[in-house]
Amino acid sequence: MKFQGQAHKFGHDVNTDEIIPARYLNTSDPRELAAHVMEDADPGFAGRVKPGDILVAGKNFGCGSSREHAPLALKTAGVACVVAESFARIFYRNAFNIGLPILESPPAASETSTGDRLEIDAGAGTLVNRTTGKSYATAPLPPFMQELVAAGGLMPYVKKKFL
Amino acid sequence: MSRPMTLGEKILARTAGRRFVAPGDLILADVDLCLGNDITAPLAIQTFYAQGGRHVFDRKRVVLVPDHFTPNKDIASAEQAKILREFARDQKLLYYWDQGECGIEHALLPEQGVVVPGDLVVGADSHTCTYGALGAFATGVGSTDLAAAMLVGKAWFKVPPTLQLVFQGKRAPDVTAKDLILTAISRLGVDGANYRILEFTGSAISALSMEGRLTMSNMAIEAGAVTGLIVPDAVTRRYVQKRAQRKPRYYTSDPEAVYERREVFDVRRVEPVVAKPHLPSNVVPAASLKDVRIDQAVIGSCTNGRIEDLREAARLLRGKRVSPRVRTIIFPATPAVWRQALKEGLLDIFTAAGCVISPPTCGPCLGGHMGVLARGERAVATTNRNFVGRMGHTESEVYLASAGVAAASAIKGRIALPREVRGRGWQRGVKR
Repeated sequence: MKFQGQAHKFGHDVNTDEIIPARYLNTSDPRELAAHVMEDADPGFAGRVKPGDILVAGKNFGCGSSREHAPLALKTAGVACVVAESFARIFYRNAFNIGLPILESPPAASETSTGDRLEIDAGAGTLVNRTTGKSYATAPLPPFMQELVAAGGLMPYVKKKFL
Repeated sequence: MSRPMTLGEKILARTAGRRFVAPGDLILADVDLCLGNDITAPLAIQTFYAQGGRHVFDRKRVVLVPDHFTPNKDIASAEQAKILREFARDQKLLYYWDQGECGIEHALLPEQGVVVPGDLVVGADSHTCTYGALGAFATGVGSTDLAAAMLVGKAWFKVPPTLQLVFQGKRAPDVTAKDLILTAISRLGVDGANYRILEFTGSAISALSMEGRLTMSNMAIEAGAVTGLIVPDAVTRRYVQKRAQRKPRYYTSDPEAVYERREVFDVRRVEPVVAKPHLPSNVVPAASLKDVRIDQAVIGSCTNGRIEDLREAARLLRGKRVSPRVRTIIFPATPAVWRQALKEGLLDIFTAAGCVISPPTCGPCLGGHMGVLARGERAVATTNRNFVGRMGHTESEVYLASAGVAAASAIKGRIALPREVRGRGWQRGVKR
């Protein structure tokens, strides 16, 4: 998986209430959710984000509730990949389960600024910041996660294996 | 070959069909129960059908609780709740509750004996970790995980390492389970236990009632933990015996079990605390916030909406009025708690004090309905999260505290300690 896009930078402990506030959870429609993505962290984000953009954040991205609406809203808004110093556990598994690529790289995440052009090769585990010229290695995916990604998410994997 | 295991590892080993597991192992486990609510289940049900699902793996092990935006706050949320209702009917689910019987999921399931010690529970709600207090490995997952569990009864895990939190010594008066867990989150940080199992132990945990233990385990997620376990003891057995709907499995942690780390808390030094905006780890002594004026007090939720919490609030509110500028909302967590509060005269105390009593709902905790904050408003709440915009406007604020601090604050109109409002002879009257 390769991505190229512009970075949008956020801080530490971005929680799922900021990614998609609960007041919008009276629907499961991904497009409606995407219209409010990141609203409580950055009210203009949903209007600015372009397909293929990359969200970059500090540690513990996606903490708080288990709402899968959070990775779903990001994915539907066009976010191609999230790079963070670290991810909260439930967000981490939700992202894999629905097929939103996420990568952990503390140095890349902390040294990236909004507007930087990023090039990511998830398979090779590399991230290049074209704006600063710096290259980084990202944490390799555990084999099981690679299997999940290859199957196309949790449901296809489970179906293949058990049904 | 065998190895000593923690309580959490034993449950994962059993459900993965293995003799033992170790941190880092990837396992596919058989879940004893899976759970969804009116926010997370509609997505899961959609995925379930989209993947060709026809029947759930076991109608006795798929649980739906429409508790978040109910009583339905608008047409859209009514549609969501309807999806659950129809799915429960079509699939003949044994455990589905509707209004009048429905309560907040994490108070309802332990109370009704639906979850039992030794269970592996995945719930599409982050506070599923609450059941750790019973000695059940219970953890929050997303809607796709729930869909997979409904379909095949399985969930994948990377076996987490366990952190042991030891609480030693006797609590001072007015120090509650909420103060213990907030103090722990303050020390660990909001990601301090990320992908770790917390195991709460020590004399102060043994001394807690089951209700206090549920409060502690409930907030394990606020430190990032997978679950927050308490090894079952006599208190657990007494609570479980009269309500268990299935046979419990009482596991303990082996004496030689390996913990990643041990943190010791001297409970004698813990005081009533408050988590300031906008993180549950932003904890300070309640006594240091006496100049913080509040507009709303919220007493209830899956964290502190059980009968002991209401008794604690009623002891302080008895014969008093809440400040005219503080909207005080009491939301008992389940119909059984509601009726018990009625029977004990607590609802009379609350309404005489100027509080409003809500039906059981998650509503105000997540800014859903029944107590949303306007711009610039401030609430003290017995709930579990104080993130930006959690209870309403992004420029509103939530201060997390125990039921006692919330009730005292409602009376004073500012953050206050129980002892500030307690008249003489407070021990008499309302049942302790």
